[in-house]
Amino acid sequence: MTDLDRVLVLAGGISPEREVSLRSGRRLQEALVRIGVDAEVRDADADLIDALTDDAPAVVFPVLHGVSGEDGTVREVLDLLGVPYVGATPDACRVAFDKPTAKAAVAAAGLSTPASVTLPKEAFHDLGAGQLIARIVQRLGLAVVVKPRAGGSAFGVSYVAAAADLPAALMTCVGYHDWALIERAVTGVEVAVGVIDTADGPVALPAVEIMPASGVYDYAARYTAGETRFVVPARLDPRAAAAAADAALTAHRVLGLRDLSRTDLIVDHAGTVWYLETNIAPGLTETSTWPMGLAGAGLDFAVACRDLAAHAMTRAGR
Amino acid sequence: MVASEVRALFAVASRPEIVSLAGGMPDVSALPMDAVAQTMSELVLQRGPVALQYGGAQGDPGLRERICGVMAMEGIDASPDNVVVTVGSQQALDLVARIFLDPADVVLTEAPTYVTALNVFAAHQAQVVHVPMDDDGLDPQALSETLTRLAAAGRTVKMLYTVPTFQNPAGVTLAGERRGLVVQACRRAGVLVVEDNPYGLLGFDGEPMRALRADAPDDVVYLGSFPKTLAPGLRVGWALAPPAVKDRLVLAAESAMLSHSVFAQLAVDRYLATQPWPEQLKVFRELYRERRDAMLSALAAEMPEDASWTRPAGGFFVWLRLPEGIDTRAMLPRAMLPRAVAARVAYVPGRGFYADGQGRNELRLSYCFPSPARITQGVAPRRDPAPGAGTAGDVRPRPGRPG
Repeated sequence: MTDLDRVLVLAGGISPEREVSLRSGRRLQEALVRIGVDAEVRDADADLIDALTDDAPAVVFPVLHGVSGEDGTVREVLDLLGVPYVGATPDACRVAFDKPTAKAAVAAAGLSTPASVTLPKEAFHDLGAGQLIARIVQRLGLAVVVKPRAGGSAFGVSYVAAAADLPAALMTCVGYHDWALIERAVTGVEVAVGVIDTADGPVALPAVEIMPASGVYDYAARYTAGETRFVVPARLDPRAAAAAADAALTAHRVLGLRDLSRTDLIVDHAGTVWYLETNIAPGLTETSTWPMGLAGAGLDFAVACRDLAAHAMTRAGR
Repeated sequence: MVASEVRALFAVASRPEIVSLAGGMPDVSALPMDAVAQTMSELVLQRGPVALQYGGAQGDPGLRERICGVMAMEGIDASPDNVVVTVGSQQALDLVARIFLDPADVVLTEAPTYVTALNVFAAHQAQVVHVPMDDDGLDPQALSETLTRLAAAGRTVKMLYTVPTFQNPAGVTLAGERRGLVVQACRRAGVLVVEDNPYGLLGFDGEPMRALRADAPDDVVYLGSFPKTLAPGLRVGWALAPPAVKDRLVLAAESAMLSHSVFAQLAVDRYLATQPWPEQLKVFRELYRERRDAMLSALAAEMPEDASWTRPAGGFFVWLRLPEGIDTRAMLPRAMLPRAVAARVAYVPGRGFYADGQGRNELRLSYCFPSPARITQGVAPRRDPAPGAGTAGDVRPRPGRPG
């Protein structure tokens, strides 16, 4: 084990997921400190580059969610500064963060992903929203899920069962991104499968089954304690469980990710595993599924994160 | 309470890049901190054993007397015996709701109304029915009609909750000639009036408005507080109620908290006794007037013709109505989170201020905290993209621009 010097947890940022990121960051920092790692947490703000230049940490552990955090921006800057970090490279981030691109990449590798349409808001304005919506419904059927092309924590996401509700869902969506991804809704068991890189390569963590009390895994269901029930491991038959693990590992590999990731999937009644998206900086809060998967695998959150940080240092030749 | 997207977005509003026209925080930096420190120090040194001890549930008698002096500025003639000191007026409202409301009771409010009052009524399982409001406040005719309609439907209306002066969130004030009519309509229907008046002493023109309670001591429970006129951190508010109601409020307060912080009560009492508080009120009024002017000027210069907004004569808030079809909640992330621009702005979308889904195209703007220059920057459309920002377009809430 490399001696691990100061770990800088980057959390906050200026995305709508700031609050979630701060919660993730504080939890990670406290866990690392508890096992004797010198860890601090700081925001990604206008002073960041100076701070990293003047007093470079041994390694950065980014837990920034959303734009800047997961689209490769911050990691590109860390590369420029020569500071090692935990997680995927900017190139990989850019692919994974863009949901339609990621869907196409994993589909090419053989995974099933719900049929979808991706359009910019201007298309609805310039080409006639009514006609376009009718065609979308014709193609995808109902229900559909409308989500921003990029971003997490279900911000701007709507489940739409009636065509009449699509315009409002699109309006909510484009609040967060200029492009909307409209995806056929799949019914089944919703699971999140974490992946962690180990000395033996990437390992899939036990699938976490997500059962929101309201039926919809929206922002409130994600971050209000008690609003969603989680079952680890997910109640899947062994074949489906293996297929879900395989899908998460395939996504991790195809998208070129490293260290950690979390892939969201739905297992339908026929046992087909449907790929939704992959997070390259999964949430680490008390109600986040990546740490639940770790616990389900019998791994200690603090130790696993320390090992990831140490590995990032080694990778950088330090 | 559940986590919400809007609340999560407000977590970003603390970043310096964002002009927050969302919160209703008074600008306590305008207080003379040396005088506050001296007051606190003397309090501990001279009355520490009392200030740090339990107190009675009704509140410190000296403070209650002083509160009566404050209320006299709005025409209220009250006895300290009928005052109950509470943790802000928020607790007073909760106690009033606790002793009056049963599930399915109706509470009438202005449309829109104070969002946290809606939370209190929801917690007590009451149903809120809104009464229309215009630039002169609550419409007495609409109030009477609503009361008649609800009575005919067999509904039990327990109270009218109103913020009649410099209302939160709309900034409007119930006109003098309407005040008696509102109270009379409620009296006829046997409905209690709960007058919440946190901003009454922060008027920009002339003398304070006469409170509803001033002319209707038996019909009105009056809620007052010091957060906006002194400091919210001390959390000192009060209720003034008819004696029978007051007795129940004291019992409810005792079960809720045993006693309020004696230290905070005595700190307020001493500050008011020893410092030139009326002069401090003038400082606050001038500060907020300047900010109100900045906001109204910016709105007049920047908003399209089909937008409308209120012109508050005091308090903290302007209510902005945009054309139908615009969803201010959907637009909020667009306003707050564009990248690489000089000004990003936070506001509160309108729907949260209604119990019935109205307010989609409306929003609340607060001018109480940012400097006039920041307010102007926040309201103005973005014309100064940072180098390399390209032509991301205008992110201010404007018609005809989805998102």
